[in-house]
Amino acid sequence: MNLLRPRRGFTETQEQLATRHSRGKLVLTVFQFATLMGVIVLVVLLLTIINNSFGYSAVENKVDPENLTVNGVPLEGQTKEQLVAALQQNVSAGLFARFEHDQPIAERDAANIYDLIQEYVISPEVVESWNFYDSLTRKDEILVLMQERYPNAELQFLSWVNWDFVRSQQSSHPEIAGVRTAILGSVWTISIAIFFSLPVGVAAAVYLQEYAADNFINRIIQTNINNLAGVPSIIYGILGLAIFVRAFAAFTSGIAFGAADPSTANGRTIISAGLTLGVLVLPLIIINAQEAIKAVPNSLREASFGIGATRWETVWSHVLPNAVAGILTGSILAVSRAIGETAPLVVIGASTFIQVDPEGPFSKFTTLPAQIYQWTVRPQGAFHNIAAAASLVLLILLLALNATAIVLRNRYSRRL
Amino acid sequence: MANSANGNYAIKAENLSIYYGNFRAVREVDLGIEPKKITAIIGPSGCGKSTVLRAFNRMNELIPSVRTEGQVIFGGRNIYERDVDPVEVRRRIGMVFQKPNPFPKSIFENVAWGARVNGFKGNMDELVQSTLKNAALWDEVHDKLDQSGTSLSGGQQQRLCIARAIAVKPDIILMDEPCSALDPIATLRIEELMRDLAKEYTIIIVTHNMQQAARVSDLTAFFTLSEDGKRAGMLMEYGESKQIFTRPEKKITEDYITGRFG
Repeated sequence: MNLLRPRRGFTETQEQLATRHSRGKLVLTVFQFATLMGVIVLVVLLLTIINNSFGYSAVENKVDPENLTVNGVPLEGQTKEQLVAALQQNVSAGLFARFEHDQPIAERDAANIYDLIQEYVISPEVVESWNFYDSLTRKDEILVLMQERYPNAELQFLSWVNWDFVRSQQSSHPEIAGVRTAILGSVWTISIAIFFSLPVGVAAAVYLQEYAADNFINRIIQTNINNLAGVPSIIYGILGLAIFVRAFAAFTSGIAFGAADPSTANGRTIISAGLTLGVLVLPLIIINAQEAIKAVPNSLREASFGIGATRWETVWSHVLPNAVAGILTGSILAVSRAIGETAPLVVIGASTFIQVDPEGPFSKFTTLPAQIYQWTVRPQGAFHNIAAAASLVLLILLLALNATAIVLRNRYSRRL
Repeated sequence: MANSANGNYAIKAENLSIYYGNFRAVREVDLGIEPKKITAIIGPSGCGKSTVLRAFNRMNELIPSVRTEGQVIFGGRNIYERDVDPVEVRRRIGMVFQKPNPFPKSIFENVAWGARVNGFKGNMDELVQSTLKNAALWDEVHDKLDQSGTSLSGGQQQRLCIARAIAVKPDIILMDEPCSALDPIATLRIEELMRDLAKEYTIIIVTHNMQQAARVSDLTAFFTLSEDGKRAGMLMEYGESKQIFTRPEKKITEDYITGRFG
């Protein structure tokens, strides 16, 4: 079929047209392949984390709970008196005295005593763990292995990420360690980073976009902001160490406000970390806010000026309300970067082992990524499992933050 | 060149030249605008019509590279003098743009916002109602004042923009091709509205549409590019529209309005 009447100067044949189409299809295939690559990488990432977060574990109890049954009543059903007796029989007198000292036994309830028995008497220990894939496909081999190596151990299917994991504090036993302190640390530092960088960043973006003249100095400033966005984060860590931790130690340790945590009394605190992350994301927020402001059509500004509005009235009533959705979207990206940062916080001095919740901006801290890093470098296998579990928690926290920002953004863009 | 019946001008450009960087876009324009009349500015593309119009309320200043020479006399003063506030100038000389650009706010707020920032302390409901009536829009929108201005049709949006301009009680309204994005029926309504508004306001309109200029304007200024190769816009002929469109004095004007170029 030849729909094309021959025209002077146009000598394309059907075959040549087909070649043009096939070239287009080739390019389309490349694009599809590139997209597929991205999807595969994401799926592999998720699968790896999930693979390590769930699976069979060989759990060995120091004391078999069967031995603690009284007249056939299991531990769960026993009265407080029976539990106290079991505890006293199975721990040293010194440890029992310490429990009494921490909080008198008489004031504790049955659930508390039960927890103590779980931790100090039964004291389950994961002697070996298998990942999710092996647990599904090689259960028989695992059972044989169990018989050979750990005759006393019990095979349990464990989900390393669970409510207790989120709620518990850091511990040197991976079985009972949790990420509560790290989550609180992450939330505190990110909040401070946002509080600092969002207003400063948006104000700078408004100035550069709406007020600053297009001259040599302002172009230099703009170029430098663009470059700062690409500076490696560890350099921001060194900056934070020099300025917030050292130079401003009197403020960042809280001494100047009489709020110092006696156990720190130096600048390695939440506020130093938050400000460092704030400085880190500041260029990103400025650039994204500038793009959002640039996207507001000029016709709106002209309309506003045309009826005798000042520049500030124009910015406040027309430019910012129309840019706010874009500013929030950009800030989501910036905050997502900040929440995953580890290097600058390690430089600043995230605590390697901390069991107390942060109480305020002047407390010692650790954050989720720092915690994950510390767990992955440990030799014991179970720490790698809880590192994967903490990664899942971090991802969920990130999704929650992003979802909040998206809800906020949608609400603001609807109002227009 | 500019001839006025009585020498009483609402606004007057004297020896006005406008540069974009080093390029002179408009050359030595003298143009006196008569009060409460509609003055049309016509001419081929790129002859500086819009630039001259925007010089009347200092809108060109929003473009960084623009430089203005000469004077624009308004209320006995040159609005380009150092101590004249451009915000005050623009409040007195409003503007309607080529593409309808209502604020993405409610219809009510579109009209009320300008009045509010300019310190209007009276009854806002009354002001919005009377303004929308004057802009021939009240009957269409009185039951949906809280809807977004952008939800209206193109013609309604443009009338809303006119309402927005007259809400701050200006002396002069500048219109930069206000109907070029509208269909013929919406255009007709705007033209009727302009005739009404001319009883109270001085209107200057830039238009590409010569029938429109002939229909609505009292006076017409014809701009064209200088023929010395520098392509600066200049005023060729200015006078009563009737005369310009029937017995133009210059050959080039006649060529343009009869469609021989442009």
